[in-house]
Amino acid sequence: MTTAVSILPTQQLAELNRAYRNAVARRRLRLALAAALFLAALVIAAIGAEVNLKTLFTYFGNFVSYFDRILKLDSGARVWTDFGEWFWGWRKWLRLLGETLLISYVGTLIGAVFAFVLNFLAAENTSPNPRLRFVIRRLLEFARTVPAIVFALIFVIAFGLGPMAGVLAIAIHSSGALAKLFSEIVENADMKPVEGIRSTGASWISCMRFAVLPQVIAGYASYALLRFEINVREASVMGFVGAGGIGQELVVAIRKFYYSDVSAILVMIILTVFVIDIATGWLRARLFGKEART
Amino acid sequence: MSQMGAPDPEQLRARYPGIFRRPASARLATPAMLLLAIAVFAFGLVDLDFSPTRLLAGLHQLGWITLMMLPPDPGSSLPLYLKALGETLSIALLGTSLAAVIALPVSLLAARNVVPSNIVRFPVRRFLDTIRGIDTLIWALVWINVVGLGPFAGVLAIAISDFGALGKLFSEAIEAADRRQVEGIRASGGSGLHEIRFGLLPQVIPVIAGQVLYFIESNTRSATIIGIVGAGGIGLQLAEQIRVLEWQHVSFLILMILVAVAAIDWISGKLRFAIIGRRAVA
Repeated sequence: MTTAVSILPTQQLAELNRAYRNAVARRRLRLALAAALFLAALVIAAIGAEVNLKTLFTYFGNFVSYFDRILKLDSGARVWTDFGEWFWGWRKWLRLLGETLLISYVGTLIGAVFAFVLNFLAAENTSPNPRLRFVIRRLLEFARTVPAIVFALIFVIAFGLGPMAGVLAIAIHSSGALAKLFSEIVENADMKPVEGIRSTGASWISCMRFAVLPQVIAGYASYALLRFEINVREASVMGFVGAGGIGQELVVAIRKFYYSDVSAILVMIILTVFVIDIATGWLRARLFGKEART
Repeated sequence: MSQMGAPDPEQLRARYPGIFRRPASARLATPAMLLLAIAVFAFGLVDLDFSPTRLLAGLHQLGWITLMMLPPDPGSSLPLYLKALGETLSIALLGTSLAAVIALPVSLLAARNVVPSNIVRFPVRRFLDTIRGIDTLIWALVWINVVGLGPFAGVLAIAISDFGALGKLFSEAIEAADRRQVEGIRASGGSGLHEIRFGLLPQVIPVIAGQVLYFIESNTRSATIIGIVGAGGIGLQLAEQIRVLEWQHVSFLILMILVAVAAIDWISGKLRFAIIGRRAVA
């Protein structure tokens, strides 16, 4: 069966076409204006950041050749021809990588404990006192907006050089970030069990322990594992400011142009990050797969 | 019927032991994992040189530092700090834009519905993963070696590390796009490029724009820290002032960062709402 396509009279058609073209033109104009504004912002930013496209093109060759150089041994051979020479310091680097993992583990755990204690006070539905909640929220906001490495810079001066400053910096930053996520879980929790427990005359702490905690604990552990993953990356650069871990070795290698060392350490860091990503992903799926599905 | 009565619990227990007694492996799993977690934690504390005396001395020191930070005061270097802040914002904006421009074509290669062949997609994805595995600070150090100290190295560091993240996010957005519009273009005789331009991009661009705005926001934070290794911006001033123990300047700089981040948050929230909101209306 065929349907006849009705064609409008030319006069009406012209009218509609004109309206359509107007509408499109208006949209295009708005888009062009937004694009022009964005470009202007970019140009201003480029001047502010002293960007010079000519230098970029001249230096781009350097960038490629830098990767060429870090993949060469001192003898001029490619790194993968002699693994023993490439990873000559693997004992020391593995130990430092272990230290990096420990820094992120201890930092995450301390941060998670703080976040755990504070999040019930920061969540809208469980906080016992609005004024207390306001203060705690601002504190947590501060802890998560200031980057961990800035805390590390200050802590290195207060606590001395070494991994302790790194751990504390990561702990503070993670407690701010985790407490926000934790309190969001609590805010989504079902409040009926809390009422049930409170009606038996229980204290605030018992309400949290028996009514809220069972609902939220799986989410907490999942976020904490995710945070651990992020903190491994973060801990790998803590050494840049003297706060322990593999970063110290890396920064020395980069600054002193020990080319093959740079690539060896980078490869080890990337592999570690991959392994941790996969392991925590597997652990989360195993621990919380069931809860997540229901 | 009434003869059956209530079953004797003892009998049931004897008949179905598995239901009443969880196996030892299930009962012991949680305490064992907790114990392991605490043991690793304790080992970490010892291995990382934690000691109560050091902690107390450090806290004491930290208390002094906090006291000396008050009140925040830029001294006479306020114009210098404002310029550094402008530099930081420029680094974030330029770096993210550059990353988005490079990431868009590459993300097409990494999307399943654009490039069905595994041979192309797999290496592109692993390449993006590798770039993401390296921290922005490390990229900053590398770029400093290549283009020298200064904000330009920061722009390139942000651009390359975001290229990895945005490439992945873009390709996910493209994979989530509706296929029917692409098929419609193909049915009306469009070429492969037409399919991407008229079928795919109109669906994907608003999502991508939202993500880019979010990254500009989060890069304001990243851009504050890459200065610590010498890649320009306010981080450079911050690291400098911490090194010379000018605590009032330090607290003022931190305050500036907090205000700038809050302002960018607010602006990009409005913009994102405008972009997505307009789409929802249309």
